[in-house]
Amino acid sequence: MTTISLKDVKKSYGNLRVIHGVSVDIHDSEFIVVVGPSGCGKSTLLRMIAGLEDISEGEVCIDGKVVNHLEPMDRNIAMVFQNYALYPHMSVFDNIAYSLKIAKTSKAEIKQRVQETAELLQLGDYLDRKPRQLSGGQRQRVAMGRAIVRRPSVFLFDEPLSNLDAKLRVQMRLEIKRLQRQLGITSVFVTHDQVEAMTLGDKLMVLNDGRVEQFGTPVELYQKPRSIFVAQFIGSPSMNIVPVSEGHRLPNGAVVDHAVPKPQHTGELSLGIRPEHIDIEPASDVRFLIEMAEQLGANTLIHGVLEGSSAPLVVSLPGLHTLESLDASIGLRFQPENCHWFDTATGDRL
Amino acid sequence: MEKRVTFKGWLLPLLLITPQVVVTAVFFFWPAGQAIYQSAFIPDPFGLKSQFVGWGNFQFIFTDPYYLASFKTTAIFSLSVTIVSMGVALWLALMADRIIKGAATYRTLLIWPYAVAPAIAGVLWLFMFNPRIGVVSWYLDKIGYDWNHVLNSNEAMLLVVLASAWSRISYNFLFFLAGLQSIPKSLVEAAAMDGAGFWYRFRTIVFPLLSPTTFFLLVVNIVYAFFETFGVIHTITAGGPQQATNIMVYKVYSDGFVGQDLGSSAAQSVVLLFVVGLLTILQFRYIEKKVHY
Repeated sequence: MTTISLKDVKKSYGNLRVIHGVSVDIHDSEFIVVVGPSGCGKSTLLRMIAGLEDISEGEVCIDGKVVNHLEPMDRNIAMVFQNYALYPHMSVFDNIAYSLKIAKTSKAEIKQRVQETAELLQLGDYLDRKPRQLSGGQRQRVAMGRAIVRRPSVFLFDEPLSNLDAKLRVQMRLEIKRLQRQLGITSVFVTHDQVEAMTLGDKLMVLNDGRVEQFGTPVELYQKPRSIFVAQFIGSPSMNIVPVSEGHRLPNGAVVDHAVPKPQHTGELSLGIRPEHIDIEPASDVRFLIEMAEQLGANTLIHGVLEGSSAPLVVSLPGLHTLESLDASIGLRFQPENCHWFDTATGDRL
Repeated sequence: MEKRVTFKGWLLPLLLITPQVVVTAVFFFWPAGQAIYQSAFIPDPFGLKSQFVGWGNFQFIFTDPYYLASFKTTAIFSLSVTIVSMGVALWLALMADRIIKGAATYRTLLIWPYAVAPAIAGVLWLFMFNPRIGVVSWYLDKIGYDWNHVLNSNEAMLLVVLASAWSRISYNFLFFLAGLQSIPKSLVEAAAMDGAGFWYRFRTIVFPLLSPTTFFLLVVNIVYAFFETFGVIHTITAGGPQQATNIMVYKVYSDGFVGQDLGSSAAQSVVLLFVVGLLTILQFRYIEKKVHY
């Protein structure tokens, strides 16, 4: 049973503030993914929970107890690093057993627990090897094993999959998820990859420039993004943002479909629509000029611009299409129930 | 793929390597050859004629208690210099690795002693510890210790060890610091999260990962203590008192040029030649392998 709560946590390096007050409550055995672009402060936030960075302001509580001034070793947290940080001069066994030796666990128990952990991660045959004799995926597992064997109350993951190739990444992603479910340990996972975030997390925290843009379940973030930033960050390919002028007119002068609910709002508006929520409607006066087609197998991504604008637009059509099989200009229909409105100036959802 | 410059003719490359070859020949091969040649002869003190004695000079030095004692002195001296200079350097490097503010200044200051020539370093320490006018010996006298390295052989040894080690600390410090900084921070952090304190981390993670640097420095420092401390010994003790600091290199000089026993001196040089050879082999065999994990 472990809960983590951050209360208005801030971090500054000298005069430079990199985390601008993050507050969040993480419940027992929840899997939280912190996601954001490079340099948004997500790793710093994780390192503050770990105790590897000082907390400039605010409080980090684990099980209701403020841990701001506790050393990393006193927080009962295990962390998996991006480069795995395996001890290169020790065998896999010694790597996994390191923390147990420090805790003065008996020899027999160390052996038993390392064995158990190795079985769980299919590392049983590799215990005598040195890290350099292992493949990327195996090293990843050893790093996981080192974290699991201690039975910590919290797992932290700092972009642990980013050094693996695409196929292995998908496989390890599932394994991490499965292990976390099985062990029920509260976890915080940092990544810049939104697919990883969507698939792993019970809840996502989207971080931008040291601020929380949105915190919620993956589906919430996908269906009701709170800002243009979240809308474009979550989902692949990312959401189209179309500028809409006075009287709800699209760039070519066409009025947005009457079925789309329109907000009462003065000022510049943007209409957000995901590529998979656009259909072809030959009679429509929303004209789309096609430039390129990417065939992905199950569907095709059509790149182009809306007539009268230079802003790129992506449409995802089921099935296979080519530039030749489509007209140069086609009519589009935005699915009314999947349209999002944003204030262009602030980027906020309306 | 190997990248190398290739020359069309042989004249230019020959011209380019000539200076190095000449310097090596004149200052290394010729004296070494001379030493080997002379080790088989006993010349008279004026160098007018010499008599062939074969292994005689070697038989003499290996039965000479003074020479055998010099072996022991050299061993004690080199080991002490190596341990003291590496130990202090490692400690300073560990401290320097942790500080953030003023790190550059601190490092620069620590590197300065390396620029001091051995003879100057020797004189510096000699002045500080001079039994009559030295600052340190004056303070030692104040607390009731009568320092006199001119008479006391242990004190003489201590002083030459200190002086030699001191001028070597900078060099070792540089290598240790570079070694420490090449250890990924995340390893140390991972160990910290696993519950290891500073000394446990040092013992189980940092020091083992530093072993290539440590081994390299070990060989280099022994070579230094063997051969490059002549200036220090010469200025501080001149091998005395009673041969207590007469290390092998210094004995070659004092037997040959002070004692005028050129044959024995040459034989001692040849012995040293073998020692250098051994150390070099050791260095190449193991350091090239980039030790060990």
